[in-house]
Amino acid sequence: MAAGNSEKYKSDGSIAGNVLEWVDARFPATSLWKEHLSEYYAPKNFNFWYFFGSLALLVLVIQIVTGIFLVMHYKPDASLNAAGVPVAFASVEYIMRDVPGGWLIRYMHSTGASAFFIVVYLHMFRGLLYGSYRKPRELTWLFGVGIFLVLMGEAFFGYLLPWGQMSYWGAQVIVNLFGAIPFVGNDLSLLIRGDYVVGDATLNRFFSFHVIAFPLILLGLVAAHILALHETGSNNPDGIEIKANKDENGIPRDGIPFHPYYTVKDIVGVVVFLMVFSAIMFFAPEGGGYFLETPNFYPADPLKTPPHIAPVWYFTPYYSILRAMVWNFFGLDAKFWGVVAMGASVVIFAFLPWLDRSPVKSIRYRGPIAKVMITLFVICFFILGYLGTLSPSPMGELISQVCTVFYFAFFLGMPWWSRMDKFKPVPERVTMK
Amino acid sequence: MKKFLIALLCAPMLAFASGADIHLDKWRGSVKDQAALQHGAKLFVNYCLNCHGASFMRYKTLMDLGLTEQQVKDNLMFTSDKIGGLMQVAARHDDQKLWFGATPPDLTIVARARGEAGNAGAGADWLYTYLRSFYRDDDRPTGWNNTAFDNVGMPNPLWQLQGQQVLNKDSHKLELAVAGEMSQAEFDKAVSDLVSFMVWMGEPQQEYRRTLGWFVLGFLVLLFAVSYALKKEYWKDIH
Repeated sequence: MAAGNSEKYKSDGSIAGNVLEWVDARFPATSLWKEHLSEYYAPKNFNFWYFFGSLALLVLVIQIVTGIFLVMHYKPDASLNAAGVPVAFASVEYIMRDVPGGWLIRYMHSTGASAFFIVVYLHMFRGLLYGSYRKPRELTWLFGVGIFLVLMGEAFFGYLLPWGQMSYWGAQVIVNLFGAIPFVGNDLSLLIRGDYVVGDATLNRFFSFHVIAFPLILLGLVAAHILALHETGSNNPDGIEIKANKDENGIPRDGIPFHPYYTVKDIVGVVVFLMVFSAIMFFAPEGGGYFLETPNFYPADPLKTPPHIAPVWYFTPYYSILRAMVWNFFGLDAKFWGVVAMGASVVIFAFLPWLDRSPVKSIRYRGPIAKVMITLFVICFFILGYLGTLSPSPMGELISQVCTVFYFAFFLGMPWWSRMDKFKPVPERVTMK
Repeated sequence: MKKFLIALLCAPMLAFASGADIHLDKWRGSVKDQAALQHGAKLFVNYCLNCHGASFMRYKTLMDLGLTEQQVKDNLMFTSDKIGGLMQVAARHDDQKLWFGATPPDLTIVARARGEAGNAGAGADWLYTYLRSFYRDDDRPTGWNNTAFDNVGMPNPLWQLQGQQVLNKDSHKLELAVAGEMSQAEFDKAVSDLVSFMVWMGEPQQEYRRTLGWFVLGFLVLLFAVSYALKKEYWKDIH
């Protein structure tokens, strides 16, 4: 803790002042406020890409609050009601039609799920652009990768709950993947499902994971992510350490207090984000059939497999990587290697701090190789994502294989290509572009 | 390198082009046309609700179409006497399975379910096409087939209105063999109204949702102006 934070609040004699003094003597109220907001010095040159951290936090709050209200009316029950419709599916339509304001809460939650991945992907891309994962912020990055993994789980469990056709068959496909793991696979998928098919047991445990277990882990990881960040201080678009240049009071010369500067700036970001969010939620809540997949308006039917099972858009890049593996290696099924590749494609992000050997952090001072590689990586990611929404085709398979190879080459080749670039000299102080 | 990039970018389009589908006639109705919705509601309860349920829909929601409770009770309620009741089907599911080979699906949100990725509104087009594409086929147990849904288990519920179509084996086009109560234009309009009602029923509050959306966006524009001015004020000394 920085010096000065340990000073306790002294009341000015007002009632509010007396209350705060009483609290501060028993709880680190003012020191927490100072350490994380009013005396947390952030680089003054944050640009557009730095909005997405606070936006991710906003979406997390939206999801938790709307989730609380949804749980009040949602019923995780796969049995059929009098009209022959699964109770879980009918309860979602009940929320949409009969609960006052229920449709708004439900659309906030469903749009929020996609929004969460959009802001998190952009937040991660920022890290990639400016080398935010590099020393000394490796642990912040690792907590972040943890958040990403838990978020994927959270989204996957949540997607089963409406108990529509895509919920059901998507879960069926993904849980079956675990069956490809040698020796323990079948028992493992049985353990996850709680039954031999996706059924009521699966729905109930996914509900439990979705509303209790994973949100708890998520909140813990988010707290750790922010604490670790505030320990090292934030990176910036120039990728230089502002703590290396402090004034006589020990304050970084290029730093400004997070509050009020970045709180007022992030509020602008929040308002713009809410405009986009509202535009989707009020005028296109299906997100063109990508945020709410249309087959999910049919109740789950274990006897009717949909012609094309596609995961929600935020999983499709990884789904493409899974499908790209079509070869049996070492006597193991291609499906197993698909699962390995898919898992590796997510986990590999955790190794970025040690794969990147560039002498500078920020893309601004890196040469053409880094720029081309990152651009190609993004293109590959989009192509994989797009192909993942389509039915398998020979052409699509070939393209997804090419993109998968590049996806891994980007990471595994990084220790070499990140070093052999041309670099520009890094300035002493941050630049305001 | 450039060629490789272009190939990469174009490739998904090839993959996209490979999907062949039936041609859908465009539904040109509107969920704002109250007369059409009322007409569609009448057609729905008379011709659809005998076999298909709309089990998420309450009769009282029909009052949103500008009808009084008495009008709904007199004209649109045949299976229930409770205005707060759900629009459930009278026939038993087991019987229906025996008659048609499958339980007729619930229709409350079928217009949404029939949408497509990238075109969520395609459900209305599909319904509009499907309901006008029945033709006589003596090889089918019901005597009916459909060009939009081959070997469908459902007979043509609107045949008295439309008449009877047959499929011309040479041109693969549908032709009207026996005239119905309506002319083709009248029938197309009736089906369009029915589809309007089904689109509306998929989300009865959809017009309110859009209206509310404009207010929310308007509020956010004002909030943006204020928050942006606040940010400018705080940041004027930061260089």
